[in-house]
Amino acid sequence: MNDTNGKKPGVGQATRRQFLIDMVKTACTVGLMGAGLGLYAKQAKALPPLAIRPPGALLEADFQGACIRCGLCVRDCPYNILELAKPEHSVATGTPYFVARNIPCEMCEDIPCVKACPTGALDHQLTDINKSKMGLAVLVDHETCLNFLGLRCDVCYRVCPVIDKAITLEPIHNVRTGKHTMFLPTVHSDYCTGCGKCEKSCVLEEAAIKVFPIKLAKGKLGEHYRLGWEEKTHAGKSLVAPEIEHQYTLPEGYKYEQGRGLIPGSSGESVAPGTQPGIPKALQGDKP
Amino acid sequence: MSTAKKTGADALAEKGWFGSHKWLVLRRISQLVTLGLFLVGPLAGLWIVKGNLAYSLTLNTLPLADPYVLLQSLLAGHIPEKMALIGVAIVLAFYFLVGGRVYCSWVCPVNMVTDAAAWLRGRFGIKGGAHISRKLRYWVLGMTLAVAAITGTIAWELINPVSMLHRGLIFGIGMTWAIVLAVFLLDLFVSANAWCGHVCPVGAFYSLLGKWSPLRVSAAKREACNDCMDCYAVCPEPQVIKPALKGAKQNIGPAILSPNCTNCGRCIDVCSKDVFRFGLRSAR
Repeated sequence: MNDTNGKKPGVGQATRRQFLIDMVKTACTVGLMGAGLGLYAKQAKALPPLAIRPPGALLEADFQGACIRCGLCVRDCPYNILELAKPEHSVATGTPYFVARNIPCEMCEDIPCVKACPTGALDHQLTDINKSKMGLAVLVDHETCLNFLGLRCDVCYRVCPVIDKAITLEPIHNVRTGKHTMFLPTVHSDYCTGCGKCEKSCVLEEAAIKVFPIKLAKGKLGEHYRLGWEEKTHAGKSLVAPEIEHQYTLPEGYKYEQGRGLIPGSSGESVAPGTQPGIPKALQGDKP
Repeated sequence: MSTAKKTGADALAEKGWFGSHKWLVLRRISQLVTLGLFLVGPLAGLWIVKGNLAYSLTLNTLPLADPYVLLQSLLAGHIPEKMALIGVAIVLAFYFLVGGRVYCSWVCPVNMVTDAAAWLRGRFGIKGGAHISRKLRYWVLGMTLAVAAITGTIAWELINPVSMLHRGLIFGIGMTWAIVLAVFLLDLFVSANAWCGHVCPVGAFYSLLGKWSPLRVSAAKREACNDCMDCYAVCPEPQVIKPALKGAKQNIGPAILSPNCTNCGRCIDVCSKDVFRFGLRSAR
């Protein structure tokens, strides 16, 4: 009102028209600004895959409505791991994150970063750091991982703070050599906190194991899928009736044991009851 | 008509340098001390205050939170934890009492940038420029709140030069200087007091917060006014002065009631007749 150009008050029509024009002008300008800001905000919701939020961070969409960018988590992190994003970073301006390959989370038991958060953008419900889900480690490259090449690197497994739960080494036959075992680092999402120690310590020039946002890292079974063996334990009996015992076609004089394979020179007691030893089951016809 | 004379020359002659710069000096001290308290932590390891203007914790006990940021967060659909709520309550009460825009002139770090631009504008005689409505800031304020609600994020904080500068000074400046430079150039060349007086929604928010605040600048001795116009020249919101200074005939009180007044006190400094002083909004 004070700044509009001094139109003569007599011509009410003209001033009202000018007022409306000014109003529409301002509304359009601000509307345009708003549209730009809104689109930018939408873009900024996409957290780059290698940027990891502190423990307890809400889902990214909610996090950006809750984090006020005060930096208290940064200050209370005893290892100076967190950083507030600068405008030139591809993380939403002012929000805290870390990059595992540079410096991973040390998983303090008292979780000071979460305690420091005044808004709950880092969820105060998280009191056990082992339950945090900052991301999920994925062994992304089976071609360069030294354990896949048959070596016993094991570094990611050794440094894992939740060793033998979050990462296990699974022995598997090395087909290439025909006589060795490969010990494959295998991540278990139930236990992995996404701290990034494995990624940080991977000895390769580019880590073969990386922490990704859970959304990128996890597959999802169809809702209707059922795992037969779990259902069976759950029900206490087979859900397929009648349960058919597995029958092996074996060479004469052999028996077979799960995990051991063919065992030569064995006799009758290994053979399923009700069958004649020495004759392949398939040739024995129906059971009585 | 006062083009020949430098703004504040009369006051300088009448009251001396300190007398005619008292509130300016106090304001700079306030701005620098506020910033300094935040900086001695990261720079000297002396943690008096942690955080930034969005939220801070003083001596690990006193929480202070920016109500504008928290309002956006609320509209984005998030209810904050207790500490932030206590912090907001304290800040709301403080600015409600002393005047919302005391934040702008006594605390905000951008004020030093835009004041520098305004001073240089005067120094180099840069006049005119684009016309921007002083109401634009309220539209921008509304827009930022709407965008927060629609996107579910505190969107304005992605680009807010005020929080960016303060955060940048404390946590690392990065490219923030470019945004601050843009604000400076806007004020210097595009339009006088463009950012703080026309665009900034933070200022608009604090204006509304201080709409009924009791502490106001008052033209207590308005009958002594000699129409030198220095107060208008020095004021970043000159439109707020006239009703109080010239309202005696219309029976308008001497207190500057417009919430856009930042309580910076430059008019007090620059008046050789000591017309202005800090007082209560009820001053008669």
